[in-house]
Amino acid sequence: MEHRLRTPLTSEEVLLLRAGDIVWLSGTIYTARDKAHARLSSWRDLIPLEGAVIYHCGPLLSGGDVISAGPTTSGRMARYASQVVDLGVRAIIGKGGLPGAADCLRGRAVYLAYPGGCGASASGQLRVKGSFLSDLGMAESIWEMEADDLGPMVVAIDAHGRDLYEEVRTRAQERLKC
Amino acid sequence: MRREDVVEACVSALRRAETTLPPWVEDLIRSARDAEGDSLALSNLEAILENIQAAASRGLPLCQDTGLPVFHILLGRKADLDFSLEEALAEGVRRATLEVPLRPNAVDPLSRINSGDNTGPGMPALIVDLVDGRDLSITALPKGAGSENMSVIAMLNPVDDPLEFVVRAVAERGGNACPPLFVGVGLGGTFDGAAALSKRALLRMPGSSPLELELLERINSLGIGPMGLGGDTTALGVKVERACCHTASLPVAVNMQCWAHRMATSIVGEDGWSIA
Repeated sequence: MEHRLRTPLTSEEVLLLRAGDIVWLSGTIYTARDKAHARLSSWRDLIPLEGAVIYHCGPLLSGGDVISAGPTTSGRMARYASQVVDLGVRAIIGKGGLPGAADCLRGRAVYLAYPGGCGASASGQLRVKGSFLSDLGMAESIWEMEADDLGPMVVAIDAHGRDLYEEVRTRAQERLKC
Repeated sequence: MRREDVVEACVSALRRAETTLPPWVEDLIRSARDAEGDSLALSNLEAILENIQAAASRGLPLCQDTGLPVFHILLGRKADLDFSLEEALAEGVRRATLEVPLRPNAVDPLSRINSGDNTGPGMPALIVDLVDGRDLSITALPKGAGSENMSVIAMLNPVDDPLEFVVRAVAERGGNACPPLFVGVGLGGTFDGAAALSKRALLRMPGSSPLELELLERINSLGIGPMGLGGDTTALGVKVERACCHTASLPVAVNMQCWAHRMATSIVGEDGWSIA
Protein backbone atom coordinates (compact mmCIF):
# COMPACT_ATOMS: atom_id res chain seq x y z
CA MET A 1 0.00 0.00 0.00
CA GLU A 2 1.22 3.55 -0.74
CA HIS A 3 0.80 6.54 1.57
CA ARG A 4 1.35 10.26 0.99
CA LEU A 5 1.94 11.97 4.34
CA ARG A 6 2.69 15.48 5.59
CA THR A 7 4.61 16.39 8.75
CA PRO A 8 3.98 16.70 11.65
CA LEU A 9 2.62 13.15 11.84
CA THR A 10 -0.23 12.08 14.12
CA SER A 11 -0.21 8.81 16.02
CA GLU A 12 -3.27 7.72 13.99
CA GLU A 13 -1.32 8.17 10.74
CA VAL A 14 1.64 6.24 12.10
CA LEU A 15 -0.52 3.32 13.27
CA LEU A 16 -2.01 2.96 9.77
CA LEU A 17 1.44 2.19 8.31
CA ARG A 18 2.33 -1.49 7.92
CA ALA A 19 5.75 -3.03 7.29
CA GLY A 20 6.32 -3.21 3.54
CA ASP A 21 4.13 -0.19 2.72
CA ILE A 22 5.60 2.64 0.62
CA VAL A 23 5.60 6.24 1.94
CA TRP A 24 6.09 9.61 0.20
CA LEU A 25 6.59 12.39 2.72
CA SER A 26 6.20 16.17 2.51
CA GLY A 27 6.74 18.95 5.04
CA THR A 28 9.49 19.86 7.49
CA ILE A 29 12.03 17.19 8.50
CA TYR A 30 15.28 17.43 10.49
CA THR A 31 18.58 15.71 9.68
CA ALA A 32 20.57 14.28 12.60
CA ARG A 33 23.43 11.80 12.77
CA ASP A 34 26.19 10.79 15.20
CA LYS A 35 27.27 14.10 16.75
CA ALA A 36 23.76 15.64 16.81
CA HIS A 37 22.52 12.57 18.69
CA ALA A 38 25.35 12.95 21.19
CA ARG A 39 23.71 16.32 22.00
CA LEU A 40 20.19 14.94 22.21
CA SER A 41 19.49 16.82 25.45
CA SER A 42 19.52 20.13 23.53
CA TRP A 43 16.95 19.13 20.89
CA ARG A 44 13.86 20.15 22.88
CA ASP A 45 15.08 23.76 22.96
CA LEU A 46 15.84 23.83 19.23
CA ILE A 47 13.07 22.15 17.28
CA PRO A 48 9.35 21.28 17.65
CA LEU A 49 9.46 17.53 18.30
CA GLU A 50 5.79 16.51 18.65
CA GLY A 51 5.05 14.45 15.53
CA ALA A 52 8.45 15.35 14.09
CA VAL A 53 10.41 13.33 11.52
CA ILE A 54 14.17 12.81 11.97
CA TYR A 55 16.35 11.92 8.96
CA HIS A 56 19.63 10.05 9.54
CA CYS A 57 21.52 12.02 6.90
CA GLY A 58 24.71 14.01 6.56
CA PRO A 59 23.94 16.02 3.44
CA LEU A 60 26.32 17.40 0.84
CA LEU A 61 25.40 21.08 0.48
CA SER A 62 26.80 23.97 -1.50
CA GLY A 63 25.80 27.61 -1.01
CA GLY A 64 22.51 26.59 0.62
CA ASP A 65 21.61 24.13 -2.17
CA VAL A 66 21.14 20.43 -1.51
CA ILE A 67 23.62 18.65 -3.81
CA SER A 68 23.20 15.08 -2.54
CA ALA A 69 21.33 13.89 0.54
CA GLY A 70 20.68 10.17 0.87
CA PRO A 71 20.48 8.32 4.20
CA THR A 72 23.37 7.26 6.44
CA THR A 73 23.56 3.94 8.35
CA SER A 74 21.01 4.14 11.17
CA GLY A 75 22.60 1.37 13.24
CA ARG A 76 25.05 3.87 14.78
CA MET A 77 22.11 5.85 16.19
CA ALA A 78 20.09 2.82 17.37
CA ARG A 79 21.16 3.34 21.00
CA TYR A 80 19.29 6.68 21.04
CA ALA A 81 16.04 5.43 19.44
CA SER A 82 14.12 5.11 22.68
CA GLN A 83 15.02 8.65 23.85
CA VAL A 84 14.25 10.12 20.41
CA VAL A 85 10.78 8.55 20.40
CA ASP A 86 10.23 9.73 24.00
CA LEU A 87 10.71 13.30 22.72
CA GLY A 88 7.66 12.93 20.45
CA VAL A 89 9.34 11.94 17.16
CA ARG A 90 6.96 9.73 15.13
CA ALA A 91 9.17 8.70 12.21
CA ILE A 92 12.87 8.06 11.78
CA ILE A 93 14.23 7.88 8.24
CA GLY A 94 17.49 6.13 7.43
CA LYS A 95 19.01 2.99 5.97
CA GLY A 96 19.89 -0.40 7.39
CA GLY A 97 17.42 -0.33 10.28
CA LEU A 98 17.54 0.19 14.06
CA PRO A 99 18.57 -3.14 15.61
CA GLY A 100 16.67 -3.81 18.81
CA ALA A 101 14.41 -0.75 18.50
CA ALA A 102 11.14 -2.37 17.34
CA ASP A 103 9.80 -2.54 20.91
CA CYS A 104 10.40 1.11 21.70
CA LEU A 105 8.73 2.14 18.41
CA ARG A 106 5.65 0.01 19.17
CA GLY A 107 2.44 2.07 19.20
CA ARG A 108 4.41 5.31 18.78
CA ALA A 109 6.67 5.58 15.74
CA VAL A 110 7.88 3.98 12.51
CA TYR A 111 11.22 3.56 10.78
CA LEU A 112 11.27 4.46 7.10
CA ALA A 113 14.01 3.21 4.74
CA TYR A 114 15.10 5.61 2.00
CA PRO A 115 17.09 3.81 -0.73
CA GLY A 116 20.74 3.95 0.35
CA GLY A 117 23.14 5.79 -1.93
CA CYS A 118 20.34 7.64 -3.72
CA GLY A 119 21.56 11.10 -2.73
CA ALA A 120 21.10 12.66 -6.17
CA SER A 121 17.41 11.69 -6.25
CA ALA A 122 16.91 13.01 -2.70
CA SER A 123 18.46 16.36 -3.63
CA GLY A 124 15.51 17.04 -5.94
CA GLN A 125 13.05 16.32 -3.09
CA LEU A 126 14.65 18.45 -0.33
CA ARG A 127 15.27 22.15 0.28
CA VAL A 128 17.27 23.67 3.18
CA LYS A 129 15.24 25.95 5.50
CA GLY A 130 17.61 26.36 8.44
CA SER A 131 20.24 24.77 10.64
CA PHE A 132 21.02 24.04 14.30
CA LEU A 133 24.23 22.95 16.08
CA SER A 134 26.07 24.50 13.12
CA ASP A 135 29.43 24.17 14.87
CA LEU A 136 29.26 20.44 14.04
CA GLY A 137 29.89 21.10 10.34
CA MET A 138 28.16 20.10 7.13
CA ALA A 139 27.70 16.38 7.71
CA GLU A 140 26.91 16.48 11.43
CA SER A 141 24.72 19.60 11.96
CA ILE A 142 20.95 19.42 12.26
CA TRP A 143 19.50 20.73 8.98
CA GLU A 144 15.87 21.79 8.86
CA MET A 145 14.63 20.76 5.42
CA GLU A 146 11.39 21.04 3.46
CA ALA A 147 10.57 17.70 1.86
CA ASP A 148 8.50 17.52 -1.30
CA ASP A 149 7.31 13.94 -1.84
CA LEU A 150 10.46 12.47 -0.31
CA GLY A 151 10.55 8.82 -1.37
CA PRO A 152 9.96 6.09 -2.18
CA MET A 153 10.51 4.97 1.42
CA VAL A 154 9.70 1.51 2.74
CA VAL A 155 8.05 1.11 6.15
CA ALA A 156 10.81 -1.19 7.40
CA ILE A 157 9.88 -1.21 11.11
CA ASP A 158 6.23 -0.48 11.81
CA ALA A 159 4.51 0.60 15.05
CA HIS A 160 3.10 -2.91 15.52
CA GLY A 161 6.41 -4.63 16.29
CA ARG A 162 7.27 -5.88 12.79
CA ASP A 163 10.92 -5.36 11.71
CA LEU A 164 11.67 -6.38 8.11
CA TYR A 165 15.47 -6.30 8.65
CA GLU A 166 15.18 -8.68 11.60
CA GLU A 167 13.06 -11.05 9.51
CA VAL A 168 15.60 -10.96 6.65
CA ARG A 169 18.56 -11.52 9.05
CA THR A 170 16.83 -14.42 10.78
CA ARG A 171 16.06 -16.07 7.43
CA ALA A 172 19.69 -15.55 6.28
CA GLN A 173 20.95 -17.23 9.48
CA GLU A 174 18.67 -20.22 8.82
CA ARG A 175 19.92 -20.47 5.23
CA LEU A 176 23.53 -20.33 6.48
CA LYS A 177 22.89 -23.50 8.48
CA CYS A 178 21.62 -25.37 5.39
CA MET B 1 55.23 15.26 -17.06
CA ARG B 2 53.61 18.48 -15.88
CA ARG B 3 52.30 18.85 -12.35
CA GLU B 4 49.23 20.82 -13.47
CA ASP B 5 48.25 17.92 -15.75
CA VAL B 6 48.38 15.52 -12.79
CA VAL B 7 46.19 17.87 -10.72
CA GLU B 8 43.65 18.30 -13.56
CA ALA B 9 43.60 14.55 -14.26
CA CYS B 10 43.00 13.87 -10.58
CA VAL B 11 40.08 16.34 -10.35
CA SER B 12 38.53 14.87 -13.51
CA ALA B 13 38.85 11.26 -12.34
CA LEU B 14 37.17 12.18 -9.04
CA ARG B 15 34.39 14.13 -10.77
CA ARG B 16 33.72 11.26 -13.19
CA ALA B 17 33.77 8.66 -10.41
CA GLU B 18 31.45 10.63 -8.12
CA THR B 19 28.80 11.49 -10.72
CA THR B 20 28.65 8.41 -12.97
CA LEU B 21 29.17 4.67 -12.63
CA PRO B 22 31.26 2.48 -14.93
CA PRO B 23 28.80 1.27 -17.63
CA TRP B 24 29.36 -2.38 -16.66
CA VAL B 25 28.21 -1.63 -13.09
CA GLU B 26 24.98 -0.03 -14.32
CA ASP B 27 24.49 -3.02 -16.68
CA LEU B 28 24.79 -5.43 -13.75
CA ILE B 29 22.20 -3.44 -11.74
CA ARG B 30 19.85 -3.38 -14.75
CA SER B 31 20.21 -7.16 -15.22
CA ALA B 32 19.54 -7.69 -11.51
CA ARG B 33 16.41 -5.52 -11.78
CA ASP B 34 15.18 -7.61 -14.75
CA ALA B 35 15.71 -10.87 -12.81
CA GLU B 36 14.49 -9.75 -9.36
CA GLY B 37 11.39 -11.51 -8.05
CA ASP B 38 10.75 -9.58 -4.81
CA SER B 39 8.56 -6.46 -5.06
CA LEU B 40 10.35 -4.35 -2.39
CA ALA B 41 13.71 -5.34 -3.89
CA LEU B 42 12.44 -4.29 -7.30
CA SER B 43 11.34 -0.91 -5.90
CA ASN B 44 14.83 -0.35 -4.44
CA LEU B 45 16.60 -1.38 -7.66
CA GLU B 46 14.35 0.96 -9.68
CA ALA B 47 15.16 3.79 -7.23
CA ILE B 48 18.89 3.08 -7.67
CA LEU B 49 18.62 3.20 -11.48
CA GLU B 50 16.65 6.47 -11.28
CA ASN B 51 19.34 7.90 -8.98
CA ILE B 52 22.09 6.97 -11.46
CA GLN B 53 20.09 8.81 -14.14
CA ALA B 54 19.50 11.86 -11.90
CA ALA B 55 23.19 12.12 -10.98
CA ALA B 56 24.40 11.81 -14.57
CA SER B 57 21.91 14.27 -16.05
CA ARG B 58 22.50 16.95 -13.39
CA GLY B 59 26.22 16.29 -12.84
CA LEU B 60 25.64 15.59 -9.13
CA PRO B 61 27.41 13.12 -6.84
CA LEU B 62 25.44 9.85 -6.79
CA CYS B 63 25.69 9.67 -2.99
CA GLN B 64 26.13 12.39 -0.36
CA ASP B 65 28.88 10.23 1.13
CA THR B 66 31.46 11.15 -1.48
CA GLY B 67 33.83 8.92 0.50
CA LEU B 68 37.49 9.08 1.33
CA PRO B 69 39.80 9.65 -1.64
CA VAL B 70 41.46 6.35 -2.57
CA PHE B 71 43.60 6.21 -5.71
CA HIS B 72 45.17 3.32 -7.57
CA ILE B 73 48.29 4.68 -9.24
CA LEU B 74 50.08 2.93 -12.10
CA LEU B 75 53.41 4.70 -12.46
CA GLY B 76 55.52 4.12 -15.58
CA ARG B 77 59.11 3.26 -14.68
CA LYS B 78 60.31 5.80 -17.26
CA ALA B 79 57.90 8.55 -16.21
CA ASP B 80 59.65 11.88 -15.74
CA LEU B 81 58.38 13.30 -12.43
CA ASP B 82 60.21 16.27 -10.92
CA PHE B 83 57.54 17.05 -8.33
CA SER B 84 55.83 15.27 -5.44
CA LEU B 85 53.10 13.02 -6.83
CA GLU B 86 51.49 12.79 -3.38
CA GLU B 87 51.23 16.59 -3.10
CA ALA B 88 49.85 16.97 -6.63
CA LEU B 89 47.14 14.39 -5.87
CA ALA B 90 46.32 16.11 -2.56
CA GLU B 91 45.90 19.38 -4.48
CA GLY B 92 43.57 17.58 -6.88
CA VAL B 93 41.49 16.34 -3.94
CA ARG B 94 41.31 19.84 -2.43
CA ARG B 95 40.16 21.28 -5.76
CA ALA B 96 37.63 18.50 -6.34
CA THR B 97 36.22 19.10 -2.85
CA LEU B 98 35.36 22.67 -3.91
CA GLU B 99 34.50 22.07 -7.55
CA VAL B 100 32.56 18.76 -7.77
CA PRO B 101 31.78 19.43 -4.83
CA LEU B 102 32.65 16.69 -2.32
CA ARG B 103 31.50 16.49 1.30
CA PRO B 104 34.44 17.11 3.66
CA ASN B 105 34.77 13.68 5.31
CA ALA B 106 38.36 13.44 6.59
CA VAL B 107 38.67 13.87 10.36
CA ASP B 108 41.39 13.23 12.94
CA PRO B 109 40.64 9.83 14.53
CA LEU B 110 40.94 11.15 18.10
CA SER B 111 39.95 14.83 18.10
CA ARG B 112 37.42 14.17 15.27
CA ILE B 113 38.35 17.61 13.89
CA ASN B 114 37.53 17.79 10.16
CA SER B 115 40.34 19.00 7.88
CA GLY B 116 37.64 20.53 5.67
CA ASP B 117 39.19 19.47 2.36
CA ASN B 118 39.37 15.64 2.46
CA THR B 119 43.17 15.65 2.87
CA GLY B 120 45.44 15.15 5.86
CA PRO B 121 47.83 12.51 7.20
CA GLY B 122 47.36 9.39 5.06
CA MET B 123 44.76 11.08 2.84
CA PRO B 124 44.47 10.68 -0.06
CA ALA B 125 45.16 6.95 0.32
CA LEU B 126 47.38 5.60 -2.46
CA ILE B 127 47.83 2.10 -3.85
CA VAL B 128 50.89 2.29 -6.10
CA ASP B 129 52.18 -0.14 -8.72
CA LEU B 130 55.13 0.34 -11.06
CA VAL B 131 54.50 -0.55 -14.72
CA ASP B 132 56.34 -0.26 -18.05
CA GLY B 133 56.32 3.01 -19.96
CA ARG B 134 56.32 6.76 -19.34
CA ASP B 135 52.67 7.38 -18.40
CA LEU B 136 50.84 7.79 -15.12
CA SER B 137 47.41 6.23 -14.64
CA ILE B 138 45.19 7.61 -11.85
CA THR B 139 42.15 5.54 -10.88
CA ALA B 140 39.86 7.24 -8.37
CA LEU B 141 38.04 4.79 -6.07
CA PRO B 142 36.17 7.04 -3.61
CA LYS B 143 35.12 4.83 -0.68
CA GLY B 144 32.09 5.59 1.49
CA ALA B 145 31.88 4.74 5.18
CA GLY B 146 28.59 2.84 5.01
CA SER B 147 30.26 -0.02 3.19
CA GLU B 148 33.78 0.41 4.61
CA ASN B 149 32.42 0.19 8.19
CA MET B 150 30.91 -3.22 7.45
CA SER B 151 34.23 -4.63 6.20
CA VAL B 152 35.99 -7.18 8.42
CA ILE B 153 39.30 -9.00 8.82
CA ALA B 154 40.10 -12.16 10.77
CA MET B 155 43.12 -14.34 11.51
CA LEU B 156 41.44 -17.72 11.17
CA ASN B 157 42.72 -21.07 12.34
CA PRO B 158 44.23 -22.82 9.27
CA VAL B 159 41.63 -25.59 9.61
CA ASP B 160 38.74 -23.07 9.38
CA ASP B 161 36.83 -22.53 6.15
CA PRO B 162 37.60 -19.00 4.86
CA LEU B 163 34.77 -19.13 2.31
CA GLU B 164 32.27 -19.80 5.12
CA PHE B 165 33.71 -16.73 6.89
CA VAL B 166 33.07 -14.56 3.79
CA VAL B 167 29.45 -15.72 3.38
CA ARG B 168 28.82 -15.30 7.13
CA ALA B 169 30.27 -11.76 7.03
CA VAL B 170 27.78 -10.80 4.34
CA ALA B 171 24.92 -12.50 6.20
CA GLU B 172 25.67 -10.59 9.38
CA ARG B 173 26.92 -7.23 8.07
CA GLY B 174 26.01 -6.94 4.40
CA GLY B 175 22.55 -5.45 4.91
CA ASN B 176 24.07 -2.23 6.27
CA ALA B 177 26.57 -1.80 3.44
CA CYS B 178 24.00 -0.69 0.81
CA PRO B 179 23.52 -3.93 -1.12
CA PRO B 180 23.55 -5.16 -3.83
CA LEU B 181 27.23 -5.41 -2.98
CA PHE B 182 30.59 -5.91 -4.57
CA VAL B 183 32.51 -8.14 -2.17
CA GLY B 184 36.30 -7.83 -2.26
CA VAL B 185 38.06 -10.75 -0.58
CA GLY B 186 41.72 -10.80 0.48
CA LEU B 187 42.83 -14.33 1.21
CA GLY B 188 46.20 -15.12 2.74
CA GLY B 189 49.29 -12.92 3.02
CA THR B 190 50.02 -11.08 6.27
CA PHE B 191 47.52 -9.33 8.57
CA ASP B 192 47.81 -5.99 6.75
CA GLY B 193 48.39 -7.73 3.42
CA ALA B 194 45.00 -9.47 3.51
CA ALA B 195 43.23 -6.13 4.04
CA ALA B 196 45.21 -4.54 1.20
CA LEU B 197 44.35 -7.46 -1.09
CA SER B 198 40.65 -7.08 -0.30
CA LYS B 199 40.79 -3.43 -1.40
CA ARG B 200 42.72 -4.38 -4.56
CA ALA B 201 40.00 -6.95 -5.28
CA LEU B 202 37.56 -4.05 -5.71
CA LEU B 203 39.75 -2.74 -8.53
CA ARG B 204 39.33 -5.99 -10.44
CA MET B 205 35.58 -6.50 -10.18
CA PRO B 206 33.59 -8.47 -11.11
CA GLY B 207 35.22 -11.85 -10.58
CA SER B 208 34.51 -14.74 -12.91
CA SER B 209 36.48 -17.73 -11.59
CA PRO B 210 34.56 -20.83 -10.45
CA LEU B 211 35.45 -19.97 -6.82
CA GLU B 212 34.19 -16.38 -7.19
CA LEU B 213 30.99 -17.45 -8.92
CA GLU B 214 30.36 -20.07 -6.21
CA LEU B 215 30.77 -17.40 -3.51
CA LEU B 216 28.45 -15.06 -5.44
CA GLU B 217 25.78 -17.78 -5.61
CA ARG B 218 26.10 -18.62 -1.91
CA ILE B 219 25.83 -14.92 -0.97
CA ASN B 220 22.79 -14.37 -3.19
CA SER B 221 21.07 -17.44 -1.71
CA LEU B 222 21.04 -15.66 1.69
CA GLY B 223 18.13 -13.45 0.58
CA ILE B 224 19.52 -10.27 2.20
CA GLY B 225 18.43 -8.34 -0.89
CA PRO B 226 18.82 -4.70 -1.93
CA MET B 227 19.21 -2.46 1.17
CA GLY B 228 18.89 -5.51 3.44
CA LEU B 229 15.10 -5.63 2.96
CA GLY B 230 15.04 -9.06 1.30
CA GLY B 231 15.23 -10.27 -2.30
CA ASP B 232 17.24 -12.27 -4.79
CA THR B 233 19.99 -9.67 -5.37
CA THR B 234 22.47 -9.39 -2.49
CA ALA B 235 25.72 -9.13 -4.44
CA LEU B 236 26.60 -8.19 -8.01
CA GLY B 237 30.21 -9.35 -7.90
CA VAL B 238 32.77 -11.18 -5.77
CA LYS B 239 36.51 -10.97 -6.42
CA VAL B 240 39.13 -12.96 -4.51
CA GLU B 241 42.79 -11.91 -4.40
CA ARG B 242 45.21 -14.43 -2.94
CA ALA B 243 48.71 -14.43 -1.48
CA CYS B 244 50.76 -17.12 0.23
CA CYS B 245 50.40 -17.13 4.00
CA HIS B 246 52.32 -18.67 6.91
CA THR B 247 51.66 -22.36 7.47
CA ALA B 248 50.26 -21.45 10.90
CA SER B 249 48.05 -18.58 9.59
CA LEU B 250 44.89 -18.02 7.59
CA PRO B 251 44.22 -14.29 7.24
CA VAL B 252 40.98 -13.35 5.44
CA ALA B 253 39.63 -9.86 4.80
CA VAL B 254 36.28 -8.85 3.35
CA ASN B 255 36.07 -5.33 1.92
CA MET B 256 32.42 -4.50 1.32
CA GLN B 257 31.55 -2.15 -1.51
CA CYS B 258 28.07 -0.71 -2.03
CA TRP B 259 26.12 -0.89 -5.31
CA ALA B 260 27.70 2.48 -6.20
CA HIS B 261 31.05 0.99 -7.23
CA ARG B 262 32.50 4.38 -8.13
CA MET B 263 35.64 4.21 -10.25
CA ALA B 264 37.17 6.34 -13.00
CA THR B 265 40.63 6.51 -14.59
CA SER B 266 42.67 9.39 -16.04
CA ILE B 267 45.95 8.95 -17.91
CA VAL B 268 48.76 11.53 -17.77
CA GLY B 269 51.51 11.51 -20.37
CA GLU B 270 54.37 13.82 -21.33
CA ASP B 271 52.09 15.89 -23.59
CA GLY B 272 48.96 16.16 -21.45
CA TRP B 273 46.21 14.09 -19.92
CA SER B 274 42.99 12.31 -20.90
CA ILE B 275 40.14 10.50 -19.21
CA ALA B 276 38.99 7.08 -20.40
